[in-house]
Amino acid sequence: MNTDSHKEGAGSPHKCCQTGSEQPNVKTASRSETLEANATGNETIEHELIIDGASCASCVNKIEKALLSVSGVQSAQMNFAQRTVQVKTNVEVTKLIQAVEKADYNAKVSTSESEEEALEEKDQADWQYYKKLMRDMTFALVLGVPLMIYSLVVGEMTVNTDTERLVWLLVGLLTLGVMVFAGKHFYIGAWNSFKNHSANMDTLIALGTGTAWLYSMVVVFAPEIVPLMARHVYFEATAMIIGLINLGLALEVKARGKTSEAIKRLIGLQAKTAKVIRDDKDIDIPIEDVLLNDLIRVRPGERISVDGDVVEGHTSIDESMLTGEPMPVEKSEGGQVVAGTINKSGSIVFKATRVGKDTALAQIINMVKRAQNSKPPIGRLADVISAYFVPVVMIIAVLSALVWLNFGPSPAIAYAMVSATTVLIIACPCALGLATPMSVMVGVGKAAEAGVLIRNGEALQTASKITSMVLDKTGTITEGAPKVTDIIVAGSQTEDEILLLVASLEAGSEHPLAMAIVESAADKGISPKKVTDFASLSGMGVEATLQNKKLLFGNEKLMKQQGIAIDKFVDKAQQLAAEAKTPMYFAVDEELAAVIAVADPIKSDSIEAIKRLQNNGIRVVMLTGDNRMTAKAVASMVGITDFVAEVMPEDKAKKVAEYQANGEIVGMTGDGINDAPALAHANVGFAIGTGTDVAIESADITLMRGSLHGLADAIAVSKATLTNIKQNLFGAFIYNAAGVPFAAGVLYPFFGLLLSPVIAGAAMAFSSLTVVTNANRLRFFKAKEH
Amino acid sequence: MMWINLAGFGLILLIIWWFWMYKSPNVAMQDGAVEIVVKDGVYQPSTIKIAANKDTAITFTRLDASSCSETLLIPDLEINATLPLNKKVSVTIPASLPGRYPFHCQMKMYLGELIVE
Repeated sequence: MNTDSHKEGAGSPHKCCQTGSEQPNVKTASRSETLEANATGNETIEHELIIDGASCASCVNKIEKALLSVSGVQSAQMNFAQRTVQVKTNVEVTKLIQAVEKADYNAKVSTSESEEEALEEKDQADWQYYKKLMRDMTFALVLGVPLMIYSLVVGEMTVNTDTERLVWLLVGLLTLGVMVFAGKHFYIGAWNSFKNHSANMDTLIALGTGTAWLYSMVVVFAPEIVPLMARHVYFEATAMIIGLINLGLALEVKARGKTSEAIKRLIGLQAKTAKVIRDDKDIDIPIEDVLLNDLIRVRPGERISVDGDVVEGHTSIDESMLTGEPMPVEKSEGGQVVAGTINKSGSIVFKATRVGKDTALAQIINMVKRAQNSKPPIGRLADVISAYFVPVVMIIAVLSALVWLNFGPSPAIAYAMVSATTVLIIACPCALGLATPMSVMVGVGKAAEAGVLIRNGEALQTASKITSMVLDKTGTITEGAPKVTDIIVAGSQTEDEILLLVASLEAGSEHPLAMAIVESAADKGISPKKVTDFASLSGMGVEATLQNKKLLFGNEKLMKQQGIAIDKFVDKAQQLAAEAKTPMYFAVDEELAAVIAVADPIKSDSIEAIKRLQNNGIRVVMLTGDNRMTAKAVASMVGITDFVAEVMPEDKAKKVAEYQANGEIVGMTGDGINDAPALAHANVGFAIGTGTDVAIESADITLMRGSLHGLADAIAVSKATLTNIKQNLFGAFIYNAAGVPFAAGVLYPFFGLLLSPVIAGAAMAFSSLTVVTNANRLRFFKAKEH
Repeated sequence: MMWINLAGFGLILLIIWWFWMYKSPNVAMQDGAVEIVVKDGVYQPSTIKIAANKDTAITFTRLDASSCSETLLIPDLEINATLPLNKKVSVTIPASLPGRYPFHCQMKMYLGELIVE
């Protein structure tokens, strides 16, 4: 790399070094983990600095020397072609920049891969390529179309007289010009592939057009060796095919651009600048310069620049662009904010916790990109066929020519040439090759728009075939955060008085039920008081003393053991249990004071979403560690008939395996932490993300929002994508399976039909375009929430 | 006519031999920097031999504007990468077991093979 760069640099004009005022812009594309390590330790890390504007070898030396002069820099290698420097060092990146600045260059830190720039460059490159193809197309058709019209109006393009020979020689040379200027890439590609013992689309086009041109030139130069009736030229076919295929490729480039719209939208979410508080001043800096632990101020309407924790203020944040969750989320001190989301109401200050490549947004972009490029198993057959396709088509072309030569009508050689050329031209390996990846590209992007992250093509395909969906109860069907739902007062105290006493009693406990009570008290502005003589009564409850009152809180067993009369309230407690609530008794000085029920509320849309799954013919099963009564109550509330209660976390995977053994394709949905073994065991593991936590490695599909609608959306998108792939594959197979024999002339003996090579060229050019266009239809797919 | 037919069948045999039967001669083991250029319809070089059980970084430079060549896939190693035009992209091949690992573009028009020994 380094050597190449010097070579190039040596030949470049020494512009930058002569003009001291025009300082090149240096920015780093160092990884964010690099920065983390810088902040904390002395690990040796490689930074990549991108340099704009350096255009000579001495610039390269100057920058390398400047960096090497910094103590702690082990190596600095500049790649001139890319304007990048690789620096191995254990010092802070800011010191590197200072060194570069000392050498008269401007320097700034970037922690991102600058996705947006890459995207712009890609669009620019695609546009240039499109223009080139259109130019080539025009050039070829300027010759091809008049020739074509001539052949249609005048009839056969024959070579009988010397004048005709001269005219056609001229046309042949013009066609050669078209081949060189507008079709060069086909011939070079074909030759290079041939040398590598492989064959591709270029091979077919080069052979097809080359055969037509060579035959025509033989007719022009040595008509005597060709039978009189076969003295036709086919220059129009060569020019038209080159023109049409270039047109097809150009339109395909355009259509392909649309398939990556989803990723473009995600990249577009990235803020460009951040208002960082440094030395008590707010300064706007590019997000590439934001460092870990920087304090960042965000005003209403502004976009969150990097991930962080709120340290000041309160606001609501629109996270819909990442999670698909339409309602803004309230955030206050300690709350997490995520890059790409929009601050709606208040002004906040947050501390950067993840920057550059580490932000959730960057990870999502990365994951979606990777998934978009991966292939589902359904594409494997097409891949196998592609590997043999081109040589098989070449063999068919030779066989076809032989059949025409042996059994065809006169002029057999002309028919043989036409059929061989047409076979070569009509066959389209591209349509087969494109069928799967284009749909996956659009489908995965579409899912990401709905807050569904699909890990790879295999997960996408399997998700479309799920027959059973296993749902964990807590945190999946329910909110996962128990709340006090009922306080049935038995004595003379008010609800608030009881809540104060129970909250005081439970304040020191970390049991989920205790936390629910303390939180409910806090919601009502009740602060717990300090208790004495606290004791946990294993498996039954707790006791303590407050202001000389003896407090006792626990289950029926505890009350009975302590001889407290609860008979009047047992029915009520059972009724609460039947409503999926957990009833507890509270006694003050050995008198029952209240029955308190705690429940984990069902998510507002769980019922609807489960119905959507069931309507799709999927059997929904609920697994829970809870007791049977609560499980039954929750299951019946959400419309689930299959449920298994009292399942230990480690047994969830066994249950999944049991369903699989019955021939079911099982999807498992859980929180991704406790349910990791079951998620990994299932055919497709769905992890319910908490907002925007995408680092769920055990899941095949991650739902960015808590709603189970994400699950139904994921399955709907995967089904739509698979249907789209099947349409594409079917179309591509049928096209080739029907087109090639037709081109070879199988219909000629029956109907006298033989395809023109020009029509074959048009069909081939538009077959792959059709595949891309069909994949693009998926962009309009909408998963309906009902 | 017989000669023409014989020539035709000979051509078919040649196609079969050249594209399917031909075994590439021994490729030298790459040590140090491995670079592949994507240009004019092919990977140059298209066959790369690397050492087993050791991470290897391969630098891909795509000089071919064809959109097909933008994606690089090594399915057996579950690697996929996007190759921007005129940029060097380093792809790390994780330490792998000896074997042959084909790599290709999205449509399998650009073909190459990693030989791990």
